[in-house]
Amino acid sequence: MRARIYVTLKRSVLDPQGKAVEQSLHSLGFCEVRDVRIGKYIEMELQSDDAEQARARIEAMCRQLLANAVIEEYRFEIQP
Amino acid sequence: MTRWGVVTFPGSNDDQDAAHAIEQVLGEKVVPLWHKDRDLQGVDCVVLPGGFSYGDYLRCGAMARFSPIMESVVRFAHAGGLVIGICNGFQVACEAGLLPGALVRNRSLRFVCADVRVRVEQTDTPFTNQCNTGEILTLPIKHGQGCYVADAATLRALEEERRVIFRYVDPSGRATAQGNPNGSMNNIAGIVNAGRNVLGMMPHPEHATEKMLGSSDGLKLFRSVVQAIRSGRAERAPAVPPGH
Repeated sequence: MRARIYVTLKRSVLDPQGKAVEQSLHSLGFCEVRDVRIGKYIEMELQSDDAEQARARIEAMCRQLLANAVIEEYRFEIQP
Repeated sequence: MTRWGVVTFPGSNDDQDAAHAIEQVLGEKVVPLWHKDRDLQGVDCVVLPGGFSYGDYLRCGAMARFSPIMESVVRFAHAGGLVIGICNGFQVACEAGLLPGALVRNRSLRFVCADVRVRVEQTDTPFTNQCNTGEILTLPIKHGQGCYVADAATLRALEEERRVIFRYVDPSGRATAQGNPNGSMNNIAGIVNAGRNVLGMMPHPEHATEKMLGSSDGLKLFRSVVQAIRSGRAERAPAVPPGH
Protein backbone atom coordinates (compact mmCIF):
# COMPACT_ATOMS: atom_id res chain seq x y z
CA MET A 1 0.00 0.00 0.00
CA ARG A 2 0.96 3.61 -0.51
CA ALA A 3 1.38 6.13 2.30
CA ARG A 4 1.27 9.90 2.02
CA ILE A 5 2.74 11.71 5.00
CA TYR A 6 2.54 15.43 5.70
CA VAL A 7 4.95 17.00 8.17
CA THR A 8 4.22 20.60 9.10
CA LEU A 9 5.59 23.12 11.55
CA LYS A 10 3.59 23.45 14.75
CA ARG A 11 1.39 26.54 15.02
CA SER A 12 3.60 27.86 17.80
CA VAL A 13 6.72 27.78 15.60
CA LEU A 14 7.28 30.78 13.39
CA ASP A 15 7.54 29.89 9.70
CA PRO A 16 9.65 32.60 8.04
CA GLN A 17 9.60 30.68 4.78
CA GLY A 18 5.81 30.74 4.73
CA LYS A 19 5.89 34.46 5.55
CA ALA A 20 8.25 35.20 2.66
CA VAL A 21 6.11 33.21 0.22
CA GLU A 22 3.00 34.99 1.47
CA GLN A 23 4.61 38.37 0.82
CA SER A 24 5.64 37.29 -2.67
CA LEU A 25 2.10 36.13 -3.41
CA HIS A 26 0.79 39.48 -2.21
CA SER A 27 3.16 41.33 -4.49
CA LEU A 28 1.93 39.19 -7.39
CA GLY A 29 -1.58 40.39 -6.66
CA PHE A 30 -2.87 37.38 -4.71
CA CYS A 31 -3.95 39.66 -1.91
CA GLU A 32 -6.49 37.23 -0.48
CA VAL A 33 -3.69 34.93 0.74
CA ARG A 34 -3.23 34.63 4.49
CA ASP A 35 -1.25 32.42 6.83
CA VAL A 36 1.01 30.50 4.44
CA ARG A 37 2.72 27.56 6.12
CA ILE A 38 5.29 25.38 4.39
CA GLY A 39 5.78 21.73 5.23
CA LYS A 40 7.09 18.48 3.87
CA TYR A 41 5.33 15.81 1.88
CA ILE A 42 6.66 12.25 1.99
CA GLU A 43 5.39 9.34 -0.09
CA MET A 44 6.27 5.73 0.40
CA GLU A 45 5.33 2.22 -0.61
CA LEU A 46 4.70 -0.23 2.23
CA GLN A 47 4.85 -3.97 1.78
CA SER A 48 1.93 -4.77 4.00
CA ASP A 49 -1.72 -5.78 3.58
CA ASP A 50 -2.76 -4.90 7.10
CA ALA A 51 -3.89 -1.26 7.18
CA GLU A 52 -4.00 -1.12 10.98
CA GLN A 53 -0.51 -2.45 11.29
CA ALA A 54 0.70 -0.08 8.56
CA ARG A 55 -0.77 2.86 10.49
CA ALA A 56 1.03 1.84 13.62
CA ARG A 57 4.29 1.46 11.69
CA ILE A 58 3.95 4.91 10.08
CA GLU A 59 3.16 6.46 13.47
CA ALA A 60 6.41 4.97 14.76
CA MET A 61 8.36 6.23 11.74
CA CYS A 62 7.00 9.73 12.24
CA ARG A 63 7.82 9.74 15.92
CA GLN A 64 11.32 8.32 15.52
CA LEU A 65 12.55 10.03 12.39
CA LEU A 66 10.22 11.73 9.93
CA ALA A 67 9.00 14.48 12.27
CA ASN A 68 10.66 16.29 15.15
CA ALA A 69 8.00 16.52 17.85
CA VAL A 70 9.64 19.64 19.28
CA ILE A 71 8.75 21.72 16.23
CA GLU A 72 6.61 19.63 13.91
CA GLU A 73 3.37 17.69 13.72
CA TYR A 74 2.36 15.08 11.17
CA ARG A 75 -0.63 13.44 9.58
CA PHE A 76 -0.85 10.75 6.95
CA GLU A 77 -3.17 8.75 4.77
CA ILE A 78 -2.74 5.29 3.33
CA GLN A 79 -4.22 3.78 0.20
CA PRO A 80 -4.33 0.10 -0.70
CA MET B 1 47.44 15.15 28.34
CA THR B 2 43.70 15.32 27.74
CA ARG B 3 42.14 13.15 25.02
CA TRP B 4 39.54 14.64 22.68
CA GLY B 5 37.40 12.62 20.30
CA VAL B 6 36.41 14.57 17.19
CA VAL B 7 33.60 12.89 15.28
CA THR B 8 33.46 12.94 11.50
CA PHE B 9 30.07 12.31 9.91
CA PRO B 10 29.72 12.22 6.13
CA GLY B 11 29.33 15.94 5.43
CA SER B 12 31.12 17.24 8.52
CA ASN B 13 33.43 20.06 7.51
CA ASP B 14 34.68 21.61 10.73
CA ASP B 15 36.13 18.42 12.18
CA GLN B 16 39.63 19.27 10.94
CA ASP B 17 39.35 22.81 12.30
CA ALA B 18 38.39 21.46 15.70
CA ALA B 19 41.25 18.95 15.56
CA HIS B 20 43.66 21.75 14.58
CA ALA B 21 42.53 23.95 17.45
CA ILE B 22 42.84 21.15 19.98
CA GLU B 23 46.07 19.59 18.75
CA GLN B 24 48.07 22.43 17.19
CA VAL B 25 46.92 25.39 19.24
CA LEU B 26 46.09 23.77 22.55
CA GLY B 27 48.64 20.93 22.38
CA GLU B 28 46.20 18.25 23.52
CA LYS B 29 45.58 14.81 22.01
CA VAL B 30 42.94 14.32 19.29
CA VAL B 31 41.39 10.93 18.57
CA PRO B 32 39.56 11.01 15.22
CA LEU B 33 36.23 9.18 15.47
CA TRP B 34 34.44 7.98 12.32
CA HIS B 35 30.64 7.90 12.26
CA LYS B 36 30.71 4.11 11.88
CA ASP B 37 32.94 3.63 14.94
CA ARG B 38 31.46 2.51 18.24
CA ASP B 39 34.55 2.71 20.41
CA LEU B 40 35.22 6.15 21.91
CA GLN B 41 38.75 4.98 22.81
CA GLY B 42 38.72 6.41 26.28
CA VAL B 43 38.41 10.07 25.30
CA ASP B 44 37.72 12.71 27.95
CA CYS B 45 35.57 14.90 25.72
CA VAL B 46 33.70 14.36 22.45
CA VAL B 47 33.31 17.14 19.88
CA LEU B 48 30.39 16.94 17.44
CA PRO B 49 31.63 19.34 14.78
CA GLY B 50 29.97 21.71 12.36
CA GLY B 51 29.08 20.91 8.78
CA PHE B 52 26.23 19.34 6.91
CA SER B 53 26.09 15.80 8.24
CA TYR B 54 24.29 13.49 5.83
CA GLY B 55 23.62 16.49 3.60
CA ASP B 56 21.20 17.94 6.17
CA TYR B 57 18.62 15.59 4.64
CA LEU B 58 15.16 15.60 6.22
CA ARG B 59 16.23 17.97 9.04
CA CYS B 60 19.66 19.21 10.10
CA GLY B 61 21.17 16.57 12.36
CA ALA B 62 18.28 14.13 11.97
CA MET B 63 20.20 11.36 10.23
CA ALA B 64 23.50 11.72 12.11
CA ARG B 65 21.65 10.79 15.26
CA PHE B 66 21.26 7.22 13.97
CA SER B 67 24.93 6.65 13.17
CA PRO B 68 26.71 3.97 15.24
CA ILE B 69 29.03 6.51 16.91
CA MET B 70 26.05 8.43 18.28
CA GLU B 71 24.86 5.44 20.29
CA SER B 72 28.20 5.50 22.08
CA VAL B 73 28.19 9.29 22.41
CA VAL B 74 24.71 9.26 23.95
CA ARG B 75 25.75 6.55 26.42
CA PHE B 76 28.94 8.52 27.20
CA ALA B 77 26.92 11.70 27.79
CA HIS B 78 24.42 9.93 30.04
CA ALA B 79 27.33 8.64 32.11
CA GLY B 80 28.52 12.23 32.62
CA GLY B 81 31.05 12.40 29.77
CA LEU B 82 31.78 15.82 28.30
CA VAL B 83 30.26 16.52 24.89
CA ILE B 84 30.42 19.73 22.85
CA GLY B 85 28.11 20.09 19.86
CA ILE B 86 29.07 23.00 17.65
CA CYS B 87 26.70 24.31 14.96
CA ASN B 88 25.61 21.16 13.11
CA GLY B 89 26.83 19.29 16.20
CA PHE B 90 24.35 21.32 18.29
CA GLN B 91 21.60 20.29 15.85
CA VAL B 92 22.72 16.66 16.13
CA ALA B 93 22.73 16.85 19.95
CA CYS B 94 19.17 18.24 19.95
CA GLU B 95 17.94 15.59 17.52
CA ALA B 96 19.60 12.91 19.63
CA GLY B 97 17.74 14.16 22.70
CA LEU B 98 20.92 15.18 24.53
CA LEU B 99 19.69 18.77 24.61
CA PRO B 100 16.15 20.17 24.58
CA GLY B 101 14.64 22.30 21.83
CA ALA B 102 15.48 22.52 18.15
CA LEU B 103 17.25 24.74 15.63
CA VAL B 104 15.14 26.02 12.77
CA ARG B 105 15.63 28.28 9.78
CA ASN B 106 17.03 31.70 10.58
CA ARG B 107 14.28 34.23 10.93
CA SER B 108 15.84 36.32 8.15
CA LEU B 109 15.79 33.23 5.88
CA ARG B 110 19.40 34.09 5.09
CA PHE B 111 22.50 32.09 5.73
CA VAL B 112 24.52 34.23 8.13
CA CYS B 113 28.31 34.22 8.12
CA ALA B 114 29.65 36.81 10.55
CA ASP B 115 31.55 37.43 13.73
CA VAL B 116 29.06 37.85 16.56
CA ARG B 117 29.28 38.84 20.21
CA VAL B 118 28.17 36.29 22.72
CA ARG B 119 27.89 36.96 26.43
CA VAL B 120 29.02 34.27 28.85
CA GLU B 121 26.02 33.80 31.14
CA GLN B 122 27.31 31.06 33.43
CA THR B 123 30.81 30.05 34.42
CA ASP B 124 30.07 27.03 36.61
CA THR B 125 30.30 24.64 33.68
CA PRO B 126 33.18 22.54 32.36
CA PHE B 127 33.06 24.70 29.23
CA THR B 128 33.26 28.19 30.69
CA ASN B 129 35.25 27.91 33.93
CA GLN B 130 38.03 30.06 32.41
CA CYS B 131 35.60 32.87 31.56
CA ASN B 132 34.11 35.62 33.68
CA THR B 133 30.36 35.97 34.07
CA GLY B 134 29.14 38.60 31.63
CA GLU B 135 32.32 38.43 29.59
CA ILE B 136 31.73 39.04 25.89
CA LEU B 137 33.39 36.76 23.38
CA THR B 138 33.75 37.41 19.67
CA LEU B 139 33.05 34.19 17.78
CA PRO B 140 32.03 33.48 14.20
CA ILE B 141 28.74 31.95 13.16
CA LYS B 142 27.95 30.45 9.76
CA HIS B 143 24.57 28.81 9.49
CA GLY B 144 21.20 28.91 7.78
CA GLN B 145 19.31 27.11 10.53
CA GLY B 146 20.49 28.38 13.88
CA CYS B 147 17.33 29.86 15.29
CA TYR B 148 16.88 28.18 18.66
CA VAL B 149 13.30 27.31 19.56
CA ALA B 150 11.75 25.47 22.49
CA ASP B 151 8.33 25.43 24.11
CA ALA B 152 7.57 27.86 26.93
CA ALA B 153 8.07 25.28 29.70
CA THR B 154 11.48 24.21 28.34
CA LEU B 155 12.58 27.79 27.94
CA ARG B 156 11.54 28.60 31.49
CA ALA B 157 13.41 25.56 32.82
CA LEU B 158 16.54 26.53 30.88
CA GLU B 159 16.49 30.01 32.39
CA GLU B 160 15.61 28.93 35.92
CA GLU B 161 18.25 26.21 35.98
CA ARG B 162 20.83 28.65 34.55
CA ARG B 163 21.41 26.45 31.55
CA VAL B 164 21.65 29.23 28.98
CA ILE B 165 25.42 29.54 28.75
CA PHE B 166 25.89 31.91 25.81
CA ARG B 167 23.59 34.67 24.59
CA TYR B 168 23.89 36.86 21.51
CA VAL B 169 24.31 40.50 22.45
CA ASP B 170 24.54 43.85 20.69
CA PRO B 171 27.65 46.06 20.77
CA SER B 172 26.55 47.48 24.12
CA GLY B 173 26.41 43.98 25.59
CA ARG B 174 22.63 43.70 25.82
CA ALA B 175 20.58 40.79 24.54
CA THR B 176 18.47 42.78 22.10
CA ALA B 177 16.83 41.91 18.78
CA GLN B 178 19.58 43.92 17.09
CA GLY B 179 22.21 41.65 18.59
CA ASN B 180 20.35 38.50 17.60
CA PRO B 181 21.64 37.20 14.26
CA ASN B 182 19.12 34.40 13.67
CA GLY B 183 15.99 35.04 15.72
CA SER B 184 16.82 32.59 18.51
CA MET B 185 14.40 32.68 21.45
CA ASN B 186 15.83 34.65 24.38
CA ASN B 187 18.90 35.33 22.19
CA ILE B 188 20.14 31.83 23.00
CA ALA B 189 23.49 30.96 21.42
CA GLY B 190 24.41 27.99 23.63
CA ILE B 191 22.87 25.77 26.30
CA VAL B 192 23.83 22.86 28.52
CA ASN B 193 21.87 19.78 29.60
CA ALA B 194 20.63 19.38 33.16
CA GLY B 195 23.83 17.52 34.11
CA ARG B 196 25.88 20.44 32.71
CA ASN B 197 28.16 18.01 30.84
CA VAL B 198 26.72 18.49 27.34
CA LEU B 199 27.07 21.87 25.62
CA GLY B 200 25.43 22.87 22.36
CA MET B 201 26.29 26.16 20.68
CA MET B 202 25.86 27.69 17.24
CA PRO B 203 28.97 29.96 17.30
CA HIS B 204 32.28 28.32 16.40
CA PRO B 205 34.93 28.49 19.15
CA GLU B 206 37.27 26.32 17.03
CA HIS B 207 37.41 29.04 14.35
CA ALA B 208 38.51 31.60 16.93
CA THR B 209 41.59 30.13 18.54
CA GLU B 210 44.37 32.19 16.97
CA LYS B 211 44.80 35.94 16.63
CA MET B 212 45.40 35.59 12.89
CA LEU B 213 41.88 34.18 12.56
CA GLY B 214 40.46 37.42 13.93
CA SER B 215 39.78 36.25 17.46
CA SER B 216 41.24 33.80 19.94
CA ASP B 217 38.29 34.02 22.32
CA GLY B 218 37.25 30.46 21.50
CA LEU B 219 40.37 29.16 23.23
CA LYS B 220 38.82 29.98 26.60
CA LEU B 221 36.21 27.33 26.00
CA PHE B 222 38.78 24.66 25.13
CA ARG B 223 40.99 25.67 28.05
CA SER B 224 38.00 25.42 30.37
CA VAL B 225 37.44 21.84 29.28
CA VAL B 226 41.11 20.97 29.81
CA GLN B 227 40.86 22.48 33.30
CA ALA B 228 37.66 20.55 34.03
CA ILE B 229 39.20 17.26 32.89
CA ARG B 230 42.36 17.81 34.96
CA SER B 231 40.50 18.72 38.12
CA GLY B 232 38.18 15.74 37.56
CA ARG B 233 41.22 13.48 37.35
CA ALA B 234 42.75 15.03 40.45
CA GLU B 235 39.56 14.34 42.38
CA ARG B 236 39.51 10.73 41.27
CA ALA B 237 43.20 10.13 41.94
CA PRO B 238 43.91 8.15 45.12
CA ALA B 239 44.87 10.37 48.00
CA VAL B 240 48.55 10.18 48.93
CA PRO B 241 48.93 9.21 52.58
CA PRO B 242 50.72 11.81 54.70
CA GLY B 243 54.47 11.30 54.97
CA HIS B 244 54.83 9.82 51.49
